[in-house]
Amino acid sequence: MNMTPQTRRRHSRSWVNRLLSDIPLRLTIIIIAFIWTLPTVGLLISSLRPQNDIQSSGWWTVFEHPFEATQWTLANYQRVLTTDAMGDAFLNSLLVTIPSVVIPITIAAFAAYAFAWMEFPGKAFLFAVVVGLMVVPLQMSLIPLLRLYTQLDLNGTFLGIWLAHTGFGLPLAVFLLYGYISSLPEEIIESARVDGASPMMTFTRLVLPLSVPAIASFAIFQFLWVWNDLLVALVFLGTKKEVTVVTSRLAALVGERGEAWHVLTAGAFITMVIPLIVFFALQRYFVRGLTAGSVKG
Amino acid sequence: MEEAAQHEEQPSKAASIFTTGPLRIIASLIVPVVAFLVLRWSFIFMRDTDANKLLIGLVALFIGVGAVWALYLITDNLVSLLPQRIGDTVRPFVFVGPALTILCIYLVYPLVRTIYLSFFDARSENFVGIENYIFALTSPDMLIAFRNNLLWLVFVTGFVVSLGLVIAVMVDRIGRWEPVAKSIIFLPMAISAVGASVIWKFIYSFQPSPRPQIGLLNSIVTALGGEPQGWLILKPWNNFFLIIIMIWILTGFAMVVISAAVKGVPAELLEAARIDGASEVRIFFGVIIPYIRGTLITIATTVLIMVLKIFDIVYVMTSGQNDTEVIANRMFREVFVFRNFGRGSALAILLLIAVIPAMIYNVRNIRETRS
Repeated sequence: MNMTPQTRRRHSRSWVNRLLSDIPLRLTIIIIAFIWTLPTVGLLISSLRPQNDIQSSGWWTVFEHPFEATQWTLANYQRVLTTDAMGDAFLNSLLVTIPSVVIPITIAAFAAYAFAWMEFPGKAFLFAVVVGLMVVPLQMSLIPLLRLYTQLDLNGTFLGIWLAHTGFGLPLAVFLLYGYISSLPEEIIESARVDGASPMMTFTRLVLPLSVPAIASFAIFQFLWVWNDLLVALVFLGTKKEVTVVTSRLAALVGERGEAWHVLTAGAFITMVIPLIVFFALQRYFVRGLTAGSVKG
Repeated sequence: MEEAAQHEEQPSKAASIFTTGPLRIIASLIVPVVAFLVLRWSFIFMRDTDANKLLIGLVALFIGVGAVWALYLITDNLVSLLPQRIGDTVRPFVFVGPALTILCIYLVYPLVRTIYLSFFDARSENFVGIENYIFALTSPDMLIAFRNNLLWLVFVTGFVVSLGLVIAVMVDRIGRWEPVAKSIIFLPMAISAVGASVIWKFIYSFQPSPRPQIGLLNSIVTALGGEPQGWLILKPWNNFFLIIIMIWILTGFAMVVISAAVKGVPAELLEAARIDGASEVRIFFGVIIPYIRGTLITIATTVLIMVLKIFDIVYVMTSGQNDTEVIANRMFREVFVFRNFGRGSALAILLLIAVIPAMIYNVRNIRETRS
């Protein structure tokens, strides 16, 4: 998303002309933006309404008396966080997500450096394999890994899901970081070598700090991917309350309490809070990361 | 990265321990063992303790990340103990080895294994030839899943790319409100498919007639004099109500990428067309679209691959009931509900076959740019 001030060309048409063609244009955009926001706004408003109100009238009726305090409540959040175990799930999500971002980045950065600046037999082939694995649907891996995890007693553990997310995120991470690291100027790497720096030192002191933009983009992509993931969480963590994450908890709530909208709306909003914060705080990286990562299997 | 700063002191310290005489070899053997034991202990601690989750999280993060770094630093140190010529040959594998190992365990081995399992029965005991594939390609349930996947592919890709393109061209002309409009339309991309499904399930909510409709769609329909409907059980239209969710999520993504390409169309080209008296519509089809064709194809392919594996939305909204099944959801159900690993594997392989063209294209692309 282009967040810089508008510097691009202006249309060289007379202002009357522009005004006439701009009004319908702006109106269309406003309508589209309105339609796109409406579902989320409806959810947010509903999550703040008392249970009885939600069940007896549409959320848009709040606008009849928007400042009447009895219309608003935080009870739904309180309830979904405690009774419906969304609070625990939220912590679990953090616990799952953070290492699932940091570990693949570390491993991928080392590999990307080797692919970019070291010589070893089979390099081109191995890199082609990494690129090929990027679009492999992760459904491919589920059954064999499930059995492997059963043997190793890793099912339903955080360690198990960290490693799974590491494995599934790795091809993309290597690919993205390789793209960045291989484009660093050769003189820098070469001069470090001449100064007697070992490859490890060159990597930790020079290449990693220089690669922060690429790492940040991937980190945001992976963070959102893991946070929003349902399939991997269902398969490797399961739905037990002690380990389950927000997405699978919410999916379970949909099954358990089909039309209890006071619970579901508040629950859904809790799953969205962190992604929305990331979205608004780091928008530029966010877009770059998502665009780059969209090919992930 | 901050870890780099924290850890950069370690190699020198570790090196000084290692370089003192025969202790080297012993240390080199003991350190990994100790590291493993610490990991094992922390693993059990994390699994069994009732301690505060945040504390466990911090411990986990510290040990998890520390262990990964320690692994690299220790092996690198061990390699530098080797004679230089051998060390230089081995070192690249210190850097690339862990990644390759994980890829083998998590992607390459499962791939081979899944192909193998797809020729066996439900419990992977008896060889059944291509029976699972015959089921996957001919059973009535699966034919519905294929039809639905096709609907998803055609409608999501079609709408996402064309809506994304039209909106991208439009927002390009509204001046300083452009970033705001783009943010709003892009926002659903940040939300999980599960969250989005709940949002839309609420919109489609249905109450039997005399009760007030709290779902947006039914209340609009009744306000216009229509009968409220259970949209999610309305065959075959229910598929389209699910498809709309994916369009809502992905349009902003397509719009942002296409918008960057649209900004790359040279101003002179547009000016020239305008001077020649071309209408805005003709410029759109005659100048802008041909110029950004490459981007449009990339976006379409990306969306196709994402949609092919669509799972979450169907799982949450309908679980595949009322003829809304898709391949990925069926695969999940085969494995976790019916416990049929043979069929599950065959379905996974079908998904894989569908992405092979993209795989070949990517690999060829990378080969070309490298040579």
